[in-house]
This record gives sequence, C-alpha cells and structure tokens, in this order.
Amino acid sequence: MIELILRRLGGALLILFGVAAITFVLLYALPADPAVQLAGRSATAQTVANIRHELGLDQPLLVQFVHYLGNLVQGDFGRSYTQKTEVMTLIVARLPATLILMVTGILVEVVIGLTLGTIAALGRGGPVDRLVMMGSFIGVSAPQFVVALLLLYVFAATLQWFPMSGFGTVRHVVLPALTLGVLGAGWYARMVRSAMIDVLNQDYVRTARAKGVAERTVVLRHAIPNALLPIVAMIGIDIGQFMGGVVVVEAVYGWPGIGQLAWQAIQQVDIPIIMGVTLISSLAIVIGNLIADLVAPLIDPRIRAR
Amino acid sequence: MTHWLQRTALAGLMALTPLVALAEETPVKGATITVTYKDDIATLDPAIGYDWQNWSMIKSLFSRLMEYTPGTADLVPSLAESFEITPDGLTYTFKLRKGVKFSNGREVVASDVKYSIERAVNPKTQGPGAGFFGAIAGFDALSGGKADGLQGIETPDDHTVVFKLSRPDATFLHVLAINFSSVVPKEVVEAEGQDFGKKPVGSGAFVLKDWVIGQKLVFEKNPNFYVPDTPKIDGFTVEVGQEPLVALLRLQQGEVDIAGDGIPPAKFLEIKNGPDAADIIVDGEQLQTGYVALNTRVKPLDNVKVRQALNMAVNKERITRIVNGRATPANQPLPPLMPGYDKDFKGYAYDVAKAKALLAEAGFPNGFETALYASSTDPNPRIAQALQQDFAAIGVKAEIKALANANVIAAGGTEGEAPMIWSGGMAWIADFPDPSNFYGPILGCAGAVQGGWNWSWYCNKDLDARAIQADSMSDPAKKAERAKLWGSIFTDLMADAPWIPVFNERRVVAKSKRMGGPGNFYIDPTRVINYDAIYVKQ
Repeated sequence: MIELILRRLGGALLILFGVAAITFVLLYALPADPAVQLAGRSATAQTVANIRHELGLDQPLLVQFVHYLGNLVQGDFGRSYTQKTEVMTLIVARLPATLILMVTGILVEVVIGLTLGTIAALGRGGPVDRLVMMGSFIGVSAPQFVVALLLLYVFAATLQWFPMSGFGTVRHVVLPALTLGVLGAGWYARMVRSAMIDVLNQDYVRTARAKGVAERTVVLRHAIPNALLPIVAMIGIDIGQFMGGVVVVEAVYGWPGIGQLAWQAIQQVDIPIIMGVTLISSLAIVIGNLIADLVAPLIDPRIRAR
Repeated sequence: MTHWLQRTALAGLMALTPLVALAEETPVKGATITVTYKDDIATLDPAIGYDWQNWSMIKSLFSRLMEYTPGTADLVPSLAESFEITPDGLTYTFKLRKGVKFSNGREVVASDVKYSIERAVNPKTQGPGAGFFGAIAGFDALSGGKADGLQGIETPDDHTVVFKLSRPDATFLHVLAINFSSVVPKEVVEAEGQDFGKKPVGSGAFVLKDWVIGQKLVFEKNPNFYVPDTPKIDGFTVEVGQEPLVALLRLQQGEVDIAGDGIPPAKFLEIKNGPDAADIIVDGEQLQTGYVALNTRVKPLDNVKVRQALNMAVNKERITRIVNGRATPANQPLPPLMPGYDKDFKGYAYDVAKAKALLAEAGFPNGFETALYASSTDPNPRIAQALQQDFAAIGVKAEIKALANANVIAAGGTEGEAPMIWSGGMAWIADFPDPSNFYGPILGCAGAVQGGWNWSWYCNKDLDARAIQADSMSDPAKKAERAKLWGSIFTDLMADAPWIPVFNERRVVAKSKRMGGPGNFYIDPTRVINYDAIYVKQ
C-alpha cells in the first residue's frame, strides 16, 4: 500500500515536471509579449525594455525555465504580473471556495446519479428507464451557462430563496452545487445504469435471488457495491477537473474559485498565474486518481488480491 | 412619427434631468454603496496600476499635486496650494498644502512628492507610466538605470517642490494629475515591497479597509481628507467576479449600486426601453476615438489615394448601430470633448462612387487583397465584418484576422506586418484631456517604432515640428491658441489619411435609482467613476 502511494507520488512528480515544461514552452512561444501587455498604451520602448528586463523575460527560455523550477522547488510560484501579489497567495485565497464547490458538486452528482442510475437499471427498458436516460442526456448536453442562469433567475432573482451571488454561507453554495451536480449527474446515471445492468446479470445475483433473498437486499448489498467501481474512478477524475476550476458556474454565481483566476490570467497573459493554476490542477488530477485507486480495493477485495 | 417625437422629447428631458435633479438633490449622509466588476482588481499601486478599473480607485486612494474639477477636464491645484511657471516654461514651483496626512498619520512633505515620481520612473518599479515624465531633467539617466533619482526635482523645504524640465512641456500640469504622480509614503512602500499594491497607503478621499482576494474590496471614507465635504459617501464596496448579466439583475433589485461593466449588449435594448431607463443608464462621452489604422508602409496602402478611398468607403452610421448606437461617427482623430476638436471639419464623407474612382486613379480599378486585424472580443469582430463589407463594395478584399489583443498589438508594432487594424478594444482613450496625448504615441514619428502604437507607421516630420511647437506653449494664457494649433495638426494630417476615424464611443454605466449626481460623475473624463463626487440622494 505504502509502496503504491510512493510509486504514484514519484510518478506524479514526473508528470508535474512534464506539465510545467510543456506549459512553460507553450506560454513563451505565444506571440504576445507580456511586457508589452503590462506596459500598456503609453509606454515608451525604453519602458517596455525595462519591464521585460525586470521580469527576466529577456533571458533565454532555458535559463528562465531553470530559474522558475529553482523557485518552484522552494515553493515559490512567483508573483502575478498584473496584481504583483504572490501566486501562492492568490491560489490559496481561492482554495476554500474551490474545495467547497468541488465537494458539494460531486456529492450532488453522486447522490442523484446513483439513485437515478439504479432505478433505471432495475426498470431496464421500461418507461422510467427511458425517462431517466432522456433526462441524463439533456443533463450532459445542456450548456452550463444557460442552466446556471436559469436556476439563478428562478430561485434567486424571482423566488429569492437563495442569494444571487457570492460566497460565505450554506445558502450561497446551493445553486452552484446544484448546477454542477444536476448536469454532472447525467454521466453518473448512465454509468451506474450500465454497471448495474452488468452486475444484475451476474450469476451470484441470480443465486441470491434464487435463494429467496429480498430484492432490496440483492440490490443494496450485492449489486450496488460491485457497480460502484467505475463511479469511484469518475469521482477521481472530477476531483481533478473541479480543482482546475469551473469557469462558467463560478462566473455566473460570482463564486471566488480558481477557475475565474485562471480565466482572467489567460486573458492577461499573466504567465506566473497560468503556470501556478496549471500545476495545482495537474497535481489535483494526480491526487484524485490516486485516491480513486486507493479506495477501489476497499470496495472490491478482488483488486486487493491482485 | 409620434414615436420618434416621443423619443426625442424624452431624450431632451433626459439631457436636462441632471440639471433639474441637481437643484433638488441632497446627498444622504453616512451612506455606503456597492460596485461590481467581473474581473479582479489589479494592483492598486499608483506607479503600476493602469487599467480602467483600478484607475478610478487609485484616484480616490491617493492625492496628487494637481487634480480635475469633478466631471470636467479643468485642472486645479490639489495637494499643491499654488504653483508658478517661469516664462521659458522650464521651471515649475509648487507650494504644498500644509497639514495633509497619509492614512498612517504622517504628514505629506515635499520629499514624498520627489520620491513618488522618481519611483514611477525607476525601472525597478516596472511602472508603465515612466514615459510621461520624460520632460523632467535627468529622466534619461534614471530611466536608463544610470542614476537613482531625478536631478530635475528639488525640494528646498518641506513644503516646496521645484521641477526643472529639459524641454518645455505644456502638458506637464496634466502629467502631475495622472495616477502615476500620486504621492506615496516611502517608509510604507519600502516595508511592503511589491505588496504595496494590496495594502496601499495614501492621502486621498478614501482608504482601503479590507481586500478579500477574489471577492471584495472595502473602501472607507478618509475623515481627514483635505477637500471640504469630500467624499460624499462613507464608503464603497467593490465586489469582483460578478457576471455583468447577474450584476444588472442585482442592480434592478437594489443589491448593487453601480454595475461597473455596464449593460451587456443582449440586455441593452430591454433596459433602455424599460421604465427606469432614465434613472439607471448613464451614457457619457469619453475621450475615445475608434479608428482603422492604415499602414502607410505596406503596399498598396502606401498610396495616399488608396487610403483616402478607404476613408470614403466606410459607412460609419451603420457601424455605430452595431454598438447599439452608443457611439457617434467621427471624421478626425480628436474626440469632440478634447480641446482642439474642429467641429467645422468635414473629413471624408461616405461616398462609394468617389472611392471607386479614386481607387481606379491610384491604379487599382479592380481593388486589391489585404488584411484587417481586430481584437477578438465582442463587438470588435462584428465591426471588422462591417468594415470588410464596406471595403468589398469598392473591390477591396480584406481578410479579417481576429486575435487576442496582445497579438494584435504585437502585429501593429512590427513594421510591415499589419496592413489595417481596427483599434476597438485597444486604442485610443486619452490618458489626460490634452490633444498631445492623441498624437505622440499613435500618430507621431516617435510611435512608429518596433513595439510602438503608431500602427499606421505614419511619420510626418513637418507635423512633428508643429507638435513640438504646440507643446512648448506652456503659458496657461495661451491655452486657446495652443488648442487651435493642435486642432490644425489633426485636421491637416487627415489629408494623408493614415487613419479612418470611425466613431467616438460613449461609455455606459448602470447605476441604481438611489444614486445621485450628474452622469459625468460616473463617466468622468479623467477618472471613469468619480468616487469622490458621487452620492446617494434622499
């Protein structure tokens, strides 16, 4: 177990290095010069040259990269070009909001997805199944922006059950988490349904039923745990994705997550922030997958045996 | 017809409302307001901050030697009590107001002024505004890293600052009113380093009380501010990360007082035709001109007849409709608010037949192919398409290259790269209300360099000489004469047609019904939102 964790963390380091290198090269290959962007409209050529020099942008790419890595190893992500604040401070300030939305969003996804998926699988081919599948199809294809605005308009602006925007109380998180959860639940529902159908056709389920075990017990004790594996893997992926920020939902609900930070940084060619967010979300994807891999044997002893 | 009449009458009434309303309005004491923006606020360090969001906040956090009367372009002494200019225009002596304190309690003295301007010029600061101070003696040494200070700034005593210029600069008083001239306390700047922009200390109308990253900034009234009865509100909170559509919804429900990003195009007509339009929409002129830069060093645009023909090909009325009519067609580089604007100048009228004839005369009876660069942010690609259609009508096939701003700017600043650039979203809004600001960087020879903003690569030595002459007229008494000289420079250069001046865009801000004061407090020509002057009405 510990060996697995260490091995995976070692691999994570390699992945992060690769991500850093590729992002760095891509950013610096952009024709947009951050110094020009920063210097603004009224700067003289001398001013631009000065800014480029102060930021170290006049040095060869490799020197800049080694310099960046050197700082990174010491936990220094550098300072934002536009805000002049340390990138770490900016990211850490947005972590709580990101984590809260990640956890609540995934919770809603899983609860809805698991319930609907199971119901659909049990009534396979019937009207309920078709209804659920249609709903999940709408869910996975509906644009976040529209759904977010719709929920906001109905429940916040018109009914005023929830605040329209911001962060801080439980009521603030309901709509963003619902938007993410309802839309994401479609994936889970489809996944659970097919996994359940698979499991329900297994011999041991038939045996259980033949023994006269109550249907509820068959489903809850025998089928669901075995159908959970792909769900756990999906949660792992979602952890990574949500950590990188959910730009649209954050924007509509004024949610101070990492997505907005990343989106603005990209528009402003704020390289240190882009690098920082990319690295943090890559790390999250690695960790998310690692967690999924560690949880899997707990659910399915067959994996442990291997 | 009646409809039209009604609307005109309404517009007339709307234009009069500020005056009528002002007579009755009394500011509520102790009010605080909420302002929203989509993007985070960048640094509030006055030597670095340079965008339209932080500009007005920096204005209100710090004070400067000179200032403008709210809502106007009229310069008045501020941190300075009085000033004198020698007849040769090379020495400016300022007497500082006594007893002004930074928000940390220390008195503002002459050496703070010197330190602050030197800091804005110092390359280590990475400030974008260094070039504004180019006239101060010793500028080249400091900006080139060969000196630590500016020899041209002297402080004979705690309340006197003397500026020695290396050349006359009639815009110098304006320069002392821009944000980069804001006075900062050295000890705090040195203690905070690059974090000064997050924890600013100044002597302006407001102090920054709290900054929750990614969420909000809380500004509180500075009780010791030296301008009487200013500010009129006790504070304002800036909420960031707010989608403009949602901000507008919140504004209509009274949760938000100013939606800083204005009204999204999709909502504009609905709001405009709504019952509260007159109370909510503030629509004001700004010192802006949107133009097409025609590259005078790229064939066949190097031919003046081709450039003139392109000028005649553009239907500017139609383009203003793309921005919901929030713009007025332009015929010269200067916007109407700018001193020197020539209201009798006609420019090139829209005339497709004449344009075609001129193009044939230039040797292109069948037109030619070229490229039009534009910012990829809405509505600029749509405007570029309208331009493309207009050009096509005279046989000129322009391929649209809609790119991120930084890439367009890079192409414009590379010689021979971009034949035509639509300036929208990037240029040009004046930094201060003086015509010279519309010439040097964007039409003068100095801007026609690698990385420069003179995207026409237009360089007319004769006009440059006249510009220098105009900027040597430092005597405030010669203001009118100088404005006239500047005006003639801009109308004369239109004979060479390096630009197609397309429109002067107005700015739209949405405010809640309780907010008082005239529109130009919300779209102040030198501040955007003038937090010092706006108020909540009874």
